[in-house]
Amino acid sequence: MSVDVVIPESESEAVEAYGDGSDITVIAGGTIVMQLLNYQRFEPSKVLLLAHAGMSYINMPVKEQGQNDGSTVTVGATTPLADLTVLASPLGACAANVADDEIRGQATLGGNLCSPAPPEHPSGDLQGALIALDAMVRSTGADGEKSEQIEDFLPHRSDRLALDVSFEPPASGAFAAFRRPHAHHYTPLAVSGATSADGTVRLGVTGAGDFGIRLNAAEAAADDPEAAGEASLTDVTMADDAIISGWYREQLLPTLVKRVLNEMKDGS
Amino acid sequence: MKLEVNGVNREVRSEPLTPLLDVLREELDVTSPKAGCHAGGCGACTVMVDGKPRRSCLIPVAAVDGASITTVEGLGTPKDPSAVQQSFIHHYAAQCGFCTPGMVVAATAYIDGGGSDDKDEIAKAISGHVCRCTGYTKILDAIAAATKQTEFDITIIAPDPTTVTIGGSE
Repeated sequence: MSVDVVIPESESEAVEAYGDGSDITVIAGGTIVMQLLNYQRFEPSKVLLLAHAGMSYINMPVKEQGQNDGSTVTVGATTPLADLTVLASPLGACAANVADDEIRGQATLGGNLCSPAPPEHPSGDLQGALIALDAMVRSTGADGEKSEQIEDFLPHRSDRLALDVSFEPPASGAFAAFRRPHAHHYTPLAVSGATSADGTVRLGVTGAGDFGIRLNAAEAAADDPEAAGEASLTDVTMADDAIISGWYREQLLPTLVKRVLNEMKDGS
Repeated sequence: MKLEVNGVNREVRSEPLTPLLDVLREELDVTSPKAGCHAGGCGACTVMVDGKPRRSCLIPVAAVDGASITTVEGLGTPKDPSAVQQSFIHHYAAQCGFCTPGMVVAATAYIDGGGSDDKDEIAKAISGHVCRCTGYTKILDAIAAATKQTEFDITIIAPDPTTVTIGGSE
């Protein structure tokens, strides 16, 4: 079976080639799709290879000496996770927690954001951090280009080509995760938190569902980290997988929420 | 497509989605990168792409068209090994040797990036590399020593390929 491989050299060419997204497989860094191709788990008919599309960038207005002036940060969809590790927590810390140096050098923001969850375990490490940051995702697909909040984007992410992600730099942020030995190739559970300039606290979790989830009840109790930890359990329905059980996730989540909230208080 | 492999310009005729690993091994006969897991999890296929360590099993060759690829064959030769290769020999850091090419490439990238002899930092740098002989202690020792760019007094044990006889007898 022959594969039609399209290699755009700009974002606009990528958008045109993607079209409505039907019957097209996107490869950015390759860390997700190439495994599947190597093991012949599926045979794509058309592939959009983004390696040369020029969509790897971080636009971060800088005042001086690395001090962000509060303007919106915009990250291109094919920016490798290694480049994100320099950003403030939670996104920087979350990116640094993914895999190892070499995989972080290849894996991309867009791939992490858009990959469909495999049935056997969670994926999309960055989703929780981007929920905490109240990020906007610009994407294209069947109904054309649009920007939407990440929570609206995630449920239909498999049908969209992410173009970039933008967010306001947080006043404070924190990230806490179940420690992941290398042999575990995904993060079983991680919590991200961010405080905006007006003091609003947002919390996101990765590993508690098919994609990142906002912890609304925990946010409402954010002034009391102990209570917020307990409240977080009402925001999610945990599942078992090969590494940890749903029961263990329920024991772990309140601890991670408390750790994130305490770290943000200490850092603010 | 074109690649510069260990300083030599090569034409590539494989399909665009062929993993770089397979292009190196099967088309270009550069066999030091090993096909361990073909899923990015073991590190044995690690090569330098434009000076940065990458998992060649996860890279469609069209994504690196025009790039410079360096494998351990490009870091040194049996008669003139690099500092990292000398250190691996001196510290007996290879057991079965399957993970060694990836380890040497990762160690070289770590040292080229200014890495220190701190064992915890070295362990992080090679955290994506699995040694199933579990010879990590000697690997860490070898990389730590190599950060000092020491010249080791080693006996080159690589055989001269023109004199090796496999399965025969004199």
